[in-house]
Amino acid sequence: MKIVAVTSCPTGIAHTYMAAEALEQAAKDAGHDIQVETQGAAGAEAVPDSAIAGADAVVFAADVEVRNRERFAGKPLVQTSVKRAINDAPGLIAEAEAAARTGGAGGVLAGAAAEAREAAAMETAARPETKVDEGAGIGTRLRQWLMTGVSYMIPFVAAGGILIALAFLLGGPEVANKVNGGTFEGTEYQAVEDMSKLIVQAGYAGLLFKIGATAFSMLVPILAGFIAYAMGDRPALVAGIVGGLISVEIGAGFLGGLVAGLIAGAVVIWIKRVKVPRGMAGIMPVVVIPLVSTLIVGALMLVVIGQPIAALQNGLEDWLNGLSGSNAILLGIILGLMMAFDMGGPVNKVAYAFGLAALASGNLKIMAAVMAAGMTPPLGLALATVIRKNQFTRAERQAGEAAWLLGASFITEGAIPFAAADPLRVIPGLMVGSAVTGALVMGFGNESRAPHGGIWVVGLISKPILYILAILIGTAVTAAAVIILKTTGRKQAADIEPAASRQATAAS
Amino acid sequence: MADLITPDLVDLNLTQTDRGEATRALAERLRAAGRVTDLEQFLADVRAREAQMPTGIEGGIGLPHCRSVAVVEPTLGFGRSDQGIDWGAADGPAHLIFLIAAPEGGGAEHMGILAKLARKLIHPSFRDSLRQAPDPETVVSLVQKEVLGQ
Repeated sequence: MKIVAVTSCPTGIAHTYMAAEALEQAAKDAGHDIQVETQGAAGAEAVPDSAIAGADAVVFAADVEVRNRERFAGKPLVQTSVKRAINDAPGLIAEAEAAARTGGAGGVLAGAAAEAREAAAMETAARPETKVDEGAGIGTRLRQWLMTGVSYMIPFVAAGGILIALAFLLGGPEVANKVNGGTFEGTEYQAVEDMSKLIVQAGYAGLLFKIGATAFSMLVPILAGFIAYAMGDRPALVAGIVGGLISVEIGAGFLGGLVAGLIAGAVVIWIKRVKVPRGMAGIMPVVVIPLVSTLIVGALMLVVIGQPIAALQNGLEDWLNGLSGSNAILLGIILGLMMAFDMGGPVNKVAYAFGLAALASGNLKIMAAVMAAGMTPPLGLALATVIRKNQFTRAERQAGEAAWLLGASFITEGAIPFAAADPLRVIPGLMVGSAVTGALVMGFGNESRAPHGGIWVVGLISKPILYILAILIGTAVTAAAVIILKTTGRKQAADIEPAASRQATAAS
Repeated sequence: MADLITPDLVDLNLTQTDRGEATRALAERLRAAGRVTDLEQFLADVRAREAQMPTGIEGGIGLPHCRSVAVVEPTLGFGRSDQGIDWGAADGPAHLIFLIAAPEGGGAEHMGILAKLARKLIHPSFRDSLRQAPDPETVVSLVQKEVLGQ
């Protein structure tokens, strides 16, 4: 086996070299080839890129940041403290063997210090690629970047979504209005302005809702931030997160977040290529790159992307209003397509707002169709992860478990992790399922007096059995459509599975 | 360049039981030999490094070190303690103490010698010979032979 290692310590005169020697000895004893880069005071002789390319595993024994760590991107990694390499180099080499075998950081789990395990898990999760060479096709790398962002987002979806669902269960669907204001079943609620009065005004269910909603508000920033992080490493995080926040602000939703993250990562990669004088190199990752990339991404999002989205929303709104009087089933199909298109993004928002406006004016059918069409995306994906496990990464299968509850609660965001990881295949599948659902509900003529709450407000919906039937059919259609799209023209999820399983490690 | 270590930089009977006091005792020898100009500055720099993470490693080794403006030449002070001194290693106290002093901004050549020394410390045979060395002269010749190949 071939191993490359980096050792480094705070002073760079003692432990760095002891660790290197210990690793070299242990690797030799175990019959492996090793090349160690000592990032110490005597000057680091860099391990050549050819050695890295040929290595089966990478070992970082470092108490300070490994310099130029992006050279090692995509390699199975064991990361630990410099002392551990000195005290137990043979154990570390064994972990490197395990990591090379599993293609992941699994070996770190055996006996390593907790912090080393955490660091290694973080590190590998942050790596956009695993078995994939730097020279891999852009499609593969793109998918790895997106998966990295998604893997960091999933805990937010799960925590926030389940809290919101619990709030609905405990406090009834009006809890959303008690916290955020608005009308529910004819009762007008004031939004909670002063958070110290949250429990008084909205109760403990309101507390759950507020916490869940706060976690949800971070979905898109985290997605965008960690897509950028996967591409450009730490300096890219800020531009990605700020771009994601702006995406939320301008109503661009998670698709806007994807764009923001990718732009942020690309800008950082581009800035890193610029040759700078030695004196400036030190402040590049801390000051210059974050500053310049955040400015560029923020300006692009606000100026270039913000305006067209507002225009798009206005256009869609006018168009929907024009359709109001026409064929109900056609309207159901269109609303379904819109609900599933971007799950909380601009198009979805127009459809939902259209439903709310109709509700306010006494037409209860449209709200029923909108809600059902917003439930089937997470439900259909949850079903798909159960019946076609191998089409989904481990992280996605875990997200699928939470998606049942989120879908049932009309929290369409439960589908975002799947859509963000593979938008071109997942989104059309979701749209097909939601279109069927919307058409069925309009055809059945269900009416909903509740603007949210999902299955928990089924008592407020007319012909509830037919309504549930529409949702079940829509769920099955969604699952079938997604599976068909995923199985055409693509390798199975297994090719990105190593990344996903490590991401699961990071999340656990 | 002066020798990395000389017999007057070796103390085979460290009596201190405290990390800081033992370091000070060895550092005094460095100052007396003119290797360290400002004892307090040097000790402060060693403490700062030790505070980041104790330098002791398994096998009974203490490894106080720093790069300091108070250091003139790359220097090794060596001490041996029979009762042992806690140096923060998981497996017990340190019996062999290596005080490594590096000048701030020392060139690659200076640092290269210390790097070689550090690599040697890993080898059990080197440690054993140091444990058994009967006098400071033997320690010096062991280091020179193993590290500098002289």
